[in-house]
Amino acid sequence: MSSIDASGNVKTVIGGSRSRTSALLMLLHMRTFVALILVFAFFAFAAPNFLTTGNMLIISKHVALNALLAIGMTFVIIAGGIDLSVGSIVGLCAMVAGYLVLYGIDLNFLGFGYSIQFNTIEICLIVLVAGIFIGWINGLLITKLNVAPFIATLGTLYVARGAALLFSDGRTFPNLAGNADYGSNTFRIIGSGTFLGLPVSVWIMVVVALAAAYLATRTPLGRHIYAVGGNERGAALSGVRVDRIKLFVYMFSGLCAALVGLIISSQLQASHPATGETFELNAIAAAVLGGTSMSGGRGRIGGTIVGAFVIGILADGLIMMGVSSFWQTVIKGLVIIAAVVVDQIQQKLQARVVLQQNVN
Amino acid sequence: MSQAETSELNPIGLSIRNGSKIYPGTQALKNVDFDLRMGAVNVLVGENGAGKSTLMKIIAGVEQLNGGTIELDSKPIVFADKSDAARHGVGIVFQELNLFPNLTVAENIFVGHERTRGGIHIDRQAQAATARTLMKRLEQDIDPDVTLGSLRIGQQQIVEIAKALAEDARILILDEPTSALSAAEVEVLFRVINDLKKQGVGIVYISHRLEELIRIGDYITVLRDGVITGSRTMKGVDIPWIVANMIGSASKEFPKTVDHNLGDEVFRVEGICLPSPAGGYAVDHMSLSVRAGEIVGLYGLMGAGRSELLECIMAQHPNSSGQLFVSGKPLREKSVAGRIRRGLALIPEDRKRDGLVQIMTIRENLTLSSLHDFTRGFHLSLRSEAAKAAEFVKRMAIKIASLEHPVSSLSGGNQQKVVIGKALMTKPKILLMDEPSRGIDIGAKAEIFRTMRRLAADGLGILFVTSDLEEVLALSDRILVMANGRLTGQFPAGANASDVISAATPNLNRVETT
Repeated sequence: MSSIDASGNVKTVIGGSRSRTSALLMLLHMRTFVALILVFAFFAFAAPNFLTTGNMLIISKHVALNALLAIGMTFVIIAGGIDLSVGSIVGLCAMVAGYLVLYGIDLNFLGFGYSIQFNTIEICLIVLVAGIFIGWINGLLITKLNVAPFIATLGTLYVARGAALLFSDGRTFPNLAGNADYGSNTFRIIGSGTFLGLPVSVWIMVVVALAAAYLATRTPLGRHIYAVGGNERGAALSGVRVDRIKLFVYMFSGLCAALVGLIISSQLQASHPATGETFELNAIAAAVLGGTSMSGGRGRIGGTIVGAFVIGILADGLIMMGVSSFWQTVIKGLVIIAAVVVDQIQQKLQARVVLQQNVN
Repeated sequence: MSQAETSELNPIGLSIRNGSKIYPGTQALKNVDFDLRMGAVNVLVGENGAGKSTLMKIIAGVEQLNGGTIELDSKPIVFADKSDAARHGVGIVFQELNLFPNLTVAENIFVGHERTRGGIHIDRQAQAATARTLMKRLEQDIDPDVTLGSLRIGQQQIVEIAKALAEDARILILDEPTSALSAAEVEVLFRVINDLKKQGVGIVYISHRLEELIRIGDYITVLRDGVITGSRTMKGVDIPWIVANMIGSASKEFPKTVDHNLGDEVFRVEGICLPSPAGGYAVDHMSLSVRAGEIVGLYGLMGAGRSELLECIMAQHPNSSGQLFVSGKPLREKSVAGRIRRGLALIPEDRKRDGLVQIMTIRENLTLSSLHDFTRGFHLSLRSEAAKAAEFVKRMAIKIASLEHPVSSLSGGNQQKVVIGKALMTKPKILLMDEPSRGIDIGAKAEIFRTMRRLAADGLGILFVTSDLEEVLALSDRILVMANGRLTGQFPAGANASDVISAATPNLNRVETT
């Protein structure tokens, strides 16, 4: 019998076993972070103006959007699913936000002859509820009707995108300056305001990321999400309410997408129905780059954030260096593949180390 | 009949001399001498884990001997793999069906050795025609062109048998072929076996149904713990002789029943029914009760409906019916979480699939069912969680290097202790254990049994399912027997082994309950 040091093991898996694993394994554990430092250092030398404050702020604003989607995606993937609909939810929510800012809710067709107008906070709440609602639909399709997550969210990808186009007949809602009389003139703050020198959108990302990391590691809900993705039957027999967990992750993913929709429409002061196309793929890429396993049960919010930064810095840095966008796409793909290959190597090494420890 | 005469009649087709097979951790076969006689039914019997299936896998080329020799027609031979053995005329019907539910009956029969034209084009007509002939021979009205998945399990087993027949095997191994067959289908199978015998085919027949063996067998071989304990012609063999050889006198180390008073009834089920997809009931109006501090053993053969009963109790079958009572109060919770809260806990049969989340750590697995005990509001206290996990590791004597290692790095016995620890952490009143000793070594088994005894002495009610006769006899305060989804027998501790076996065998008269 070996001794069990309860207090020493309160730390995370990595913290607990780091002391005994080889230096190589530790490097692999930190690989996304190492990649981030390498990418950052490379562009700091290779791209002029990369290290300026202005550029850093621009990059962080770009990364915030993808990171928010990737946080929601990480929970979905940890729970053993996938959410392809987030890009479309971004688009639809942006259109809902634009419509509410411009028109409010028109009740003329009921014969009342007037419309309801909303202030910024009300608009935000309505849009967030819309995003959560679409996530709820995803969850219902997957849990109650047994549709495979890939198919269910592929379906809502199309439906939500179509709905976004229908909203405006395919046109853009321009000039979302809002109206001081209704209290919606503050709408632009979400996308272009700053707080303590940082863009509001970055603050939103930070808050959501911290909340998500807390949820993942320090709540029963978070633990149950990992359990469902690791072994659904086993989790169910242990008393985990699997359906509720699945509903939650899709609703949370919808919420994240709605936030992004709000930020983008506010940033541009306009809503275009094609907003957010292919965003879902970037979100999946960030999650996978950050060590989330596509087979479920494994992943960390911190990893996902770093993954989103690697992708964001890579994209913006390459643009600043004047690399052709075709090459950018190729490089992004290679980085993702490399990340998964390294992940597999790490898994094998780690299993071997643990086995050896058990023999000793 | 003298030995010389039988040898004339039934020449030895295949023989194993001094055969040994070692798996990591266990020796499945120890210096086994086995003769397979042609034109006869060679019956093989023994408890689960006695080595029957291993012996058959060696004859069928699926596994290779570590020591000893095989002779086919008096010439030494080594089968490289299953298809090599098949080329030499050895066919096998496995206990678990090896079929493809998405393919048709004919496609299943010819999978791997398709009838082709020019080596490319599958000759559907020829396959269907042959399949039809086979079905006629097996007296089954099965269309070769329907998909296999649409057939009843019994019919699927017939297809599996047809598959072996299609290969014109000289030696045919049937591993529990009747476990899913109806009485009428068994009769047909026996007629086919008699036909094959007349054609000189050597048949090896494995079954737990002892009456069946005595009826169909010509030669019998009994295995116990990898050693052959009896081998003779079937003449004069009766059930007591078989049971004596199966179990032997030297009992494994079971903890003696500690004398303690049983408490009040903690758990009762009434009229549990589960409709079976094949028609009829998988669980047929089962009623039973468990008292505090009592270990109730639920014995039965494969497919008797024991696991299904436990699954019904644990809310896994929404279309099941019946009533449950915990400490006399009705249990209406429909969710697993709700039933756990009311004091039920299940140790599933398949540890890997149902019991553990393999990629999670030992700590996370132990506490998975009782996370709310460490939670205030939303906040999960990792400190008190780890302390509780460490406490249970000590209490269950789980051998680990660190609580933070993945649970998959543990041995089977220690994994099972984690599953039990997880269940106990929910402070259950009644513990349901489905084959608690499956797939773990003897030492760990003894430890699990001791744990069960200790828990019962502490007042927990335990209902455990097993297919191991010795286990159920030694461990239970009361023995229940199931067959075909029904309760077919009820015995006190120290019951007679052959009575329990007869109660577990369907097609027999209901055994009087004591």
